[in-house]
Amino acid sequence: MAQQSASSRAGTTSVVLALAIAATSVGRGAAAPGYGPTPDLHLLPVQGRVYMLVGAGANITVQVGDQALVLVDAGSAQMSDQVISAIKSLSPKPIEFIVNTSVDEDHIGGNHNLAKAGHFSSGLPGEETGASVVAHLAALDRMSAPSGKKPPIPSDLWPTDTYDNDRWELFNDEAVIIKHPRAAHTDGDSIVFFRRSDVVSTGDIFTPYRYPMIELEKGGSINGEIDALNQIIDLMVPDVNEEGGTYVIPGHGRLCDRADIVNYRDMVTIIRDRIENLLKEGKTLEQVRAAKPTLDYDGIYGADTGPWTTDMFVAAVYSDLSKERVQGGEVKGSAKEKNE
Amino acid sequence: MRHARCSVILASILWAWPFLACPVIAQVDLSGTWSQPPAPDNTTDPFIGDYTGLPINDAARLRADSWTAEKWTQEEHECEPHPADYAFRAPGGMRIWPETNPLTQEIVAWRVTMYWMNAQRTIYMDGREPPPPYAASTWEGFSTGKWEGDKLEVTTIHLKEGWLRRNGVPRSEKASLVEYFIRHGDFLTIVSIVKDPVYLTEPLVRTEHWVLNPGYSLTPSLCIPRHEIDHPKGWVSHHLPGTNPWLGEFPSMYGIPVEAARGGAETIYPEFLLKLQTLPIPPAPEKKAEPTK
Repeated sequence: MAQQSASSRAGTTSVVLALAIAATSVGRGAAAPGYGPTPDLHLLPVQGRVYMLVGAGANITVQVGDQALVLVDAGSAQMSDQVISAIKSLSPKPIEFIVNTSVDEDHIGGNHNLAKAGHFSSGLPGEETGASVVAHLAALDRMSAPSGKKPPIPSDLWPTDTYDNDRWELFNDEAVIIKHPRAAHTDGDSIVFFRRSDVVSTGDIFTPYRYPMIELEKGGSINGEIDALNQIIDLMVPDVNEEGGTYVIPGHGRLCDRADIVNYRDMVTIIRDRIENLLKEGKTLEQVRAAKPTLDYDGIYGADTGPWTTDMFVAAVYSDLSKERVQGGEVKGSAKEKNE
Repeated sequence: MRHARCSVILASILWAWPFLACPVIAQVDLSGTWSQPPAPDNTTDPFIGDYTGLPINDAARLRADSWTAEKWTQEEHECEPHPADYAFRAPGGMRIWPETNPLTQEIVAWRVTMYWMNAQRTIYMDGREPPPPYAASTWEGFSTGKWEGDKLEVTTIHLKEGWLRRNGVPRSEKASLVEYFIRHGDFLTIVSIVKDPVYLTEPLVRTEHWVLNPGYSLTPSLCIPRHEIDHPKGWVSHHLPGTNPWLGEFPSMYGIPVEAARGGAETIYPEFLLKLQTLPIPPAPEKKAEPTK
């Protein structure tokens, strides 16, 4: 613990106040330029060049600058017209770059429409296209299919550009760093860090109101999820008293800071450890469910209905950890032991 | 005679003028530096497993049973200030002052600085709307106040997840907080009512008392985290269910039935006294031998 000057404290207070005031004006549908242009979408100024667009499916991150617009995720296809209208209210510049954080429809559904409304030039004569859509190579693999077979995702929603290892770009005088966690929500996830604005977009690795969606059939894993959360936390620097500083735009839900994602990481780690321990005791999935390893968190993150229920989460963790134990030759260092 | 009567009326009006100019509602000046007399929560750390007086549910108990104080050795948790609903129970004093509109001299907000980590709180009095649900939450939340007679009623939302007691009893971010600031001369009483659909089965009502202390000066104590204790990357402190060895210490030491120590709405009502008499009291802990000199 250390102490810091009053000037930093004032900075924190002003950011929080500015956020509150700006957000309030959006909530009221105030006529301030650039805010709340449609009844269903909400634009929240985060900090620096970054805004959060809420209500188009997954959250959309918008980086605004003198050169072009950069988006993280594209929302669902049905919302594209409203998304374009909202973004245009921020800046007349073209969308040049869209990063997909995963392969889910609510993140990529607007790819084609938003890219078409954008503009990208390679600099070579005659080579001008819509915006570039970037995703991890594994995400493209999940969207496409071998020749002659029907792909799970229509080709006009595929990324136009992929990366394998971490990637960085410079847009609007700001380093935009794209990182790939090995296997978290899926095996094709991307984390996007706007370094100067000090904002991280996490996609569905982090959704503050529900348990993490571990999609095993798409290469996701519980331990990869925890690694990814730790990777995001490593990027973040809080302001004094563990508030503000680096902000996180989650896949869905409200704007967060480090304290929020740390609580979430703690919750996922604790539940992983409990289920791992029950597995070590030889418990079946039904016995694990009966032990209620998520009881203390269900009121915050749990669900009985919808696309991702508590039962689905517990089953995914159980199945993934069981698989790891078999692959590792049974008890190859329990998760709890790893944590210790 | 008539002239004399007019003079009396005029004098009465002039005498009463400053009072007539006051607002109709009885606002009270909360300004000043305040100290807290010693109380259980601000002078000692609570025991592990002491949930007495808290109307908590099983989810809260499991969360608290899993908690360890090693949490505060995780760099990420080191600098968490007490949230608004706990801050008034924490040790140290506070300063309260008004923020006024320079044109109208109306109070637009009350500012509060707490001793611990100098947590800043703003209570808006100008009727502004709260931030939308998708805005960031904060440790001190978003507070609005209104006068109910001579009591200031404060409603707070947008709180980050916090704690009801400093031994791991949780309070979720879905909770709301209503407080009443009541001043009697040099004494200030703050009544807080926490409603938490996640961890409480009934509202938790608590009261703190403060004494005006004009010479009191807050110590600067803003916090930025520093690496102090080595832990593996991503380490999270907790007990697995059923493995916390310290839960029995509190009821055993004080001769309290375990069921009472576990808290819950039932235990906070007088009727529980009858049941209390029927519950077994755990054996006292073995006395350790006095160290030899």
